[in-house]
Parts: sequence; structure tokens; C-alpha cells
Amino acid sequence: MQFERREAPFTSATTNVASMMRQVIYALIPAALAYVWYFGSGFIFNLFVAGVFCLLGEAFMLHLRDRPVAETLCDYSAAVTAVLLAFAMPALTPWWVTATAALFAVVVAKHLYGGLGYNLFNPAMAAYVMVLIAFPMHMNLWTSPRMGDLDYHFITIAETARYTMTGTLPDYLSFDAISRATPLDFVKTGLNNMQTFEELRAYPMMGDFGGRGWEWIGNFTAIGGGWLLVRKIIRWQIPFGVLAGLLIPSSLAYFLFPGVSLSPGFHLFTGGTILCAFFIATDPVSAATSDTGRLIYGFGIGFLIYAIREWGSYADGVAFAVLLMNMAVPAIDQLTRPNIVGHTERSDRSTA
Amino acid sequence: MHTLGVDLSTSAATYDLGNLHGGLVLPAEKNVSTSIEIQSVPIPDQLVLPIQQHVGEPAQPIVSVGEHILKGQLIADTSGSLSAPIHASSSGKVVAIEPWPVSRRLGENAPCIIIECDGEDRAIEPPDDIVSFNAYEPASLLQRILQGGIVGLGGAVFPTGQKLMQASTMPLEYLILNGVECEPYISCDDLLMREQAAEVLGGAQILMHALNLATCYVVIESDKPEAITAIGEAMAELGDDRIILKQIPTIYPSGGEDQLVQLVTNREVPSGGLPTDVGCVVQNVGTSVAIYRWICDGEPLISRVTTVTGPGVRSPMNVMARVGTTISEVVALAGGYNEDASQLIIGGPMCGKSVTTDRVPVVKATNCVLVLAEPPMQSRSQPCIRCGECARVCPIQLLPQQLYWYACADNESKLRWYGLTDCIECGCCDLVCPSNIPLTAEFRNAKARIQELADEKARAERARRRFESRNERLEQDKIRREQELQQQKDVALKAGSSAIDEILMRRKDDDEGND
Repeated sequence: MQFERREAPFTSATTNVASMMRQVIYALIPAALAYVWYFGSGFIFNLFVAGVFCLLGEAFMLHLRDRPVAETLCDYSAAVTAVLLAFAMPALTPWWVTATAALFAVVVAKHLYGGLGYNLFNPAMAAYVMVLIAFPMHMNLWTSPRMGDLDYHFITIAETARYTMTGTLPDYLSFDAISRATPLDFVKTGLNNMQTFEELRAYPMMGDFGGRGWEWIGNFTAIGGGWLLVRKIIRWQIPFGVLAGLLIPSSLAYFLFPGVSLSPGFHLFTGGTILCAFFIATDPVSAATSDTGRLIYGFGIGFLIYAIREWGSYADGVAFAVLLMNMAVPAIDQLTRPNIVGHTERSDRSTA
Repeated sequence: MHTLGVDLSTSAATYDLGNLHGGLVLPAEKNVSTSIEIQSVPIPDQLVLPIQQHVGEPAQPIVSVGEHILKGQLIADTSGSLSAPIHASSSGKVVAIEPWPVSRRLGENAPCIIIECDGEDRAIEPPDDIVSFNAYEPASLLQRILQGGIVGLGGAVFPTGQKLMQASTMPLEYLILNGVECEPYISCDDLLMREQAAEVLGGAQILMHALNLATCYVVIESDKPEAITAIGEAMAELGDDRIILKQIPTIYPSGGEDQLVQLVTNREVPSGGLPTDVGCVVQNVGTSVAIYRWICDGEPLISRVTTVTGPGVRSPMNVMARVGTTISEVVALAGGYNEDASQLIIGGPMCGKSVTTDRVPVVKATNCVLVLAEPPMQSRSQPCIRCGECARVCPIQLLPQQLYWYACADNESKLRWYGLTDCIECGCCDLVCPSNIPLTAEFRNAKARIQELADEKARAERARRRFESRNERLEQDKIRREQELQQQKDVALKAGSSAIDEILMRRKDDDEGND
């Protein structure tokens, strides 16, 4: 009898990239629902535009690079990039801004570096930074979250659709009427105007910890992140590193320089902290490889978020922090190779 | 079967284990083959005995075609410093010494001695010098083990005699009997321990005597309670308190030699070194039984227990097969193939070797004959996303994702720095890779390439040295000739002008003579 020849091992893997990526998307569902609840239907339009252009860009590049198109699209990596982009965008964003970001993410940040697995930078964050610098006016237009302000104005689906398509609002709505500073912007401005953090915190829009709406999106994001940890799609080192890197310096500052420092709780629940810790920094391709390396990588991101929020000119620094640490990855990898078994002098004769 | 109660539970307790990084808990798949006791494969019509069934130099045939031979007779003797003899596993006639399909990584065929059995199974007279092993000097006991054709039966097939001789030159503390058998499906050591526990321990005593050792650990995985009970009972009967039973958790690949040392003694075997470097000698329980049989009964290693199993076999079981029996006959005893059979693997599903034909013989290394079904359609491998799961399970604490990267780039210095040569090819990284990358196969190829480069370098170095030494030689010849000439000149000058004329005349004559 004749048999096929194969290479050991003969049992096959139980996981695959597509299922990991799908689970990342599932884990973001609670956060997406919260986002829509607090900031309106704009998220759905952004998600649609980002999804269409990410997948188109991916398909186009795969075609140019002579790679299998349908098979690769099914690894859902472009879809994850689209979802993360949609989360990063303000709820009201004209479609061309989102589309530019989506194409930049997959074409430049991903495929020009060699495609999935070879990109040095997190595609979603590289694209976010690119449009933040290219379209500063559009990227800073945040609306007030539901219940965030007394004069909260509900923006209808039709109004949102119109803005997304044309970048204009109906005559009866002005930008000034609906746009609001984010809690981070608000605090930054307030501190510059010699108010203390405690005074600023008393404003209703500041919520309990990270600002109304924002803190709840953070909570729902954390639920998804916890689920990914349980499912072992991500491991604890990077989220722990990010949170430690942010909370340790902010706690120290909060106690050493009261009044002028943001509270660690505010740092934790506002802006993109939680999304970054569980969903952005944990992108394995652009992160460090060893466990120690990942702790350092995460800590670096956390600390840079703190530094940019505290001393930088931008209100939030998640994207910059991630990109800066992406650059440090080759060095971290080089310096944190684990001790290979049999190469140390640890062979301890006394314990046996 | 009487129970031992307290004694057993304390001696088999999992205690003071060292750390083993990573590893995997794999589905055992062992129960399918352990429900009946070891069955004997009948004498086949033909025996196929490869002359190389061990690490090192192949044995040299000492029989000729047409010669009648008896069971247990030496048919191929050791050659070189690392080798093991081969004995006939039944009586009959040598019909050919020719290449035959065998199971090995490179190449399909290897020289084999082919014996047509007469079915009588007549054995040679047992040596009349069998004495209790205690009567041997350790050194002569080692010499005797060398002659029994015994090799490591766990799969590495290192000639046991040479392994022990090397070990006897080192300061040793522990003998470790490996009853771990961590690969899925394989259960031959489990059944051997259940049925021949006394022989396992007898072999341990011989080994301790040969190496002057005072402590022996018999190490068994926790998923083999019957084997643990059997060994525990045999220990109680023997009453040798130098032998200690140790139970370890069931984690693949804890049965690897270096990994077992690390688990049992918490000592890391140095890279490129041996367990003897940290005071340990590891022997498989099957090897221990083989040593016992050879020293106490005079029977060389001519048969072994093999697991015949897998979804492609009708009734999986463990068989006692003569070395040289073809796989087809062994599978026939286990009910033959079923309609799912599609891959034939010699060894386990993690480290075994795939063969294309069942004409290959059972050799000393054959611990398992695994017949697998068609694997499920695998999507082609995707790019590495550096998720790091491979590094998490690597028992050597390598970074397989980095190794893969540099293997693709063929970057030798980086591969060395990331410890490619320390990879034990256990296959754990393959199993957890979400991108379905054949990492182990990549590493095997990269290792071969590195070896090739090193060989080439060595060749170039030899050539360079030869060239340099030739130049040196020529240079020295030249200097010597000049010195001789100078001496002659000096002598001639001292002797005066007439002598010079004479020399010139002689040279002229010489020149003419040469023409």
C-alpha cells in the first residue's frame, strides 16, 4: 500500500488568523453600541466608509502585488483596521477624510511595507495621524455626547448623513451650536486658564471619571478587552504595560502636584486609553515579541500617552505614542531575547 | 492485584519538580491502544534488517548470502568508535544484502540484510558465561552491554554501550529511567511498564551497578496510573530503596532527555552538552528491559514493543515484534488498515517520520506505527502576525517567530544568535501557529543549510591550510637549498681555486649526464 509523504508534526493547528481577527471585531461590539448611543449614528457612517475603502484598497494592492485577493480579504485584518479607524474618527466626519485615512492605512502603512505581518507601524494609527495633520479642522470637530451637556442637541440620521456626504450642515445648525471640546481639550484649556483640576472636574460634562459618554465607552471597551484576554486572543503584558505606564506617572503627579495634574482615573477613562490598551497596542504585528519586550513596549506607550497629554500640544496622544513605540520595536526585540535554555549558568546543583 | 496504599501515593507524588518552559497539553489518544495486553507478531517469512539502526557508523555484515543463521546470532558487527552490532531475530537463511526501503529522513533506501525465515526460530546456545550482574566489574559490564546491540529505545537510538562508557568518565549523581512517553498515541512504554515492571527495575539495578550510582528516578507521567501502580508494586517487592518513583504532570515534550533532566533535577543541560554534564544519565524504560534481558538471559536486542495505532488501523494495540518484521505484517496483526488510512508514520504524530510504503521494517527505533486519516483541508500558510504563541510554548525559550523571519532571510548569524541550533524540533510552535506556518520544517531545513555552510567552510579551511602548508614547505625547501649551496661555496672557497675548478668541471659533467 502506498501512502502520502508529509513533514512532522502531523497534527494541525487549531487556531487561525481569520478567527482571531473576527473575535477582535466581536469584542468591539459593546463599545460600538456605546459609541453610537452617546455620539449618534455618525459612527455607523464612518464604519461603512472605512470598511469600503479599506477592503477596496486591500483588494487593489493584493491585485497589484499578485497575491490571492479573496482568500486574503477573508483574513479580516483589513476589516479590523477599518473598525479601529471608525473608533478613532470623530462621529461627524466627511467621507473623504475617512476614505483618505482608510486608503492610507492599507495602501501605505500596510502594503507598501509588505502587507500583513510586515508593517512596521500600526496601520490605523498611522492613518489617523496622517488625517489629523492633513485635515485638522475636520478631525477636531467633536460633538457633545448624549447627556453630556445641558444644551445637548440630538443630531438626526439625516443630518449626519448629509454632513458625511457633503461636509456641510443644514442652515438651522451651526458648527458652534453642536461642537464641543472633548474632556481632554476642556481640561487642557481650563488648566491653561489657571483653573484647578478639581474645579474643572465639577462641570457636569466631566462625568465621574473620564467625562460623560467617554467613560462609558471606555467601560464597554474594557468588557471586550477582558473577553479577548479570557479567549487568549491577546495576552496581559501589553494592556498591563500601557495602563501601568500611564497610571504610575499620573498618580505620582496627581499626589505631588495637586491642582495642576489630571487624576489617574481621568487619564484611564477618557480619550482612547482603554481602546489603545486592549485593541490598538495589542496589534501583534507592530508590537514587540517577547513577554518582557511587550511589557516594555506597553509601558512605553502608556508613558508617552501621559507625556503628550501633560506636556504636548495635542490633547490626546494615543496615536503618537503607539507610532513612536512601533519605531522602538526592533531595538526592544534585540534587547529582550529570553535566555535560551542551556545557555545560562543557572544549572543549579544545590536545589536537587 | 494487591494495593499498596500510602507507600505508593507518597513515592509517586509530584514533588520538587524543576521548571520547564512552555510545552503543550495534547490530546493523549492513548487509550485506544492500551485496552489489551501486548500481542506477539508471528515469525514472518522474511526479515529485513538494516545495518544501520543506530546513531553513528553502520554495522558491518559478517554473514554472506546463502549462509544459515540462528536466532540471536551476530550478523553485523560494530565498526568505528560509535556503532552497535545487529543480531538475527529468527533462524533462517541470508538471501540478500541489498538496499531496501527504510524509514529515515533523507533517502528512501538503505542497505539491509534480508533473511528468509525457516519458521523454526532455533536460537543459538545461550552464552554459558551468564553470571549475576553483581559479579561483573563495572567496566566489563559496560563492555558486555556494548555487545548486546542495545540502543536507546526511546527513539534516539544512540548506542547504549557508548553512551554509558562516556557517562562513566563523568561525575554522576542520578540515573533517570524515562517512562514519560509524552507524544500522543504512543503507549509501548506504558504497556511495557505494566507488564514487565520487574525487568524495568532489574535493568535499573544493572545500570546503577555499571555506573556506580546510588540513586535512580523512575519517571512516569501522571496519565499512566496503571504503569505507576505496576512499578510501585514491583518496587515494593524488590525493596531497593535506591530506586525512587517520580510522577510528573502530562505535558508535551517533558519526555525529551534534556527536558526530563530539567524537570526532575531542576538542572539545565548546557547547550550542545549532555545530561552527564549535570550529573545525570537518562535511559528509556525499554532500554532498561533490553539491558536486563541481555545481561540476565543472554538475549540480545532482537525484538521490541511497538504501538500500532491511529484512526487508520482497525484494532489498535501494542505488539511485540521481531526487529526486521515489515510494517505491513505488524499492521495486519492489528486488524489491517481501514478505509480512512492515508498517511503512514513511523513514530509519533509530533516527531515521527512519514513513509510512503509499508514494506519498511520495524527497527530498534520503531516505537510506534501510526496510521492517520487524510488531514483536513488546510488553508495555505499565511504571513506571520508575530502573535508570539510559538514563543509561549517553546520548551527551549526560543522565539520561533524571529527564527522564522531570519530563516526566510537566510541570515545565518541571526539564526545562531536566536538559538536555531538549540531547537529540538518538538513541533509545539507548529501546533499553536494561527497562520499555519510549517515552522518545524522550516527550522529543520535552516539547520541543514547552516550545517552545509559550516561543512563548506571547513572544506575551504582545509584547502586553505593545505595550500599554505605547501607554500611553506616550498619556501623552506628553497631556504635549505640556498643554505646548502652557501655551505658548499664556503667549503670550496676554503679549499682554494683548484677545488672550485674541480667543482665546476663536475657540475658540467653532471649537466651533460642529465641531458
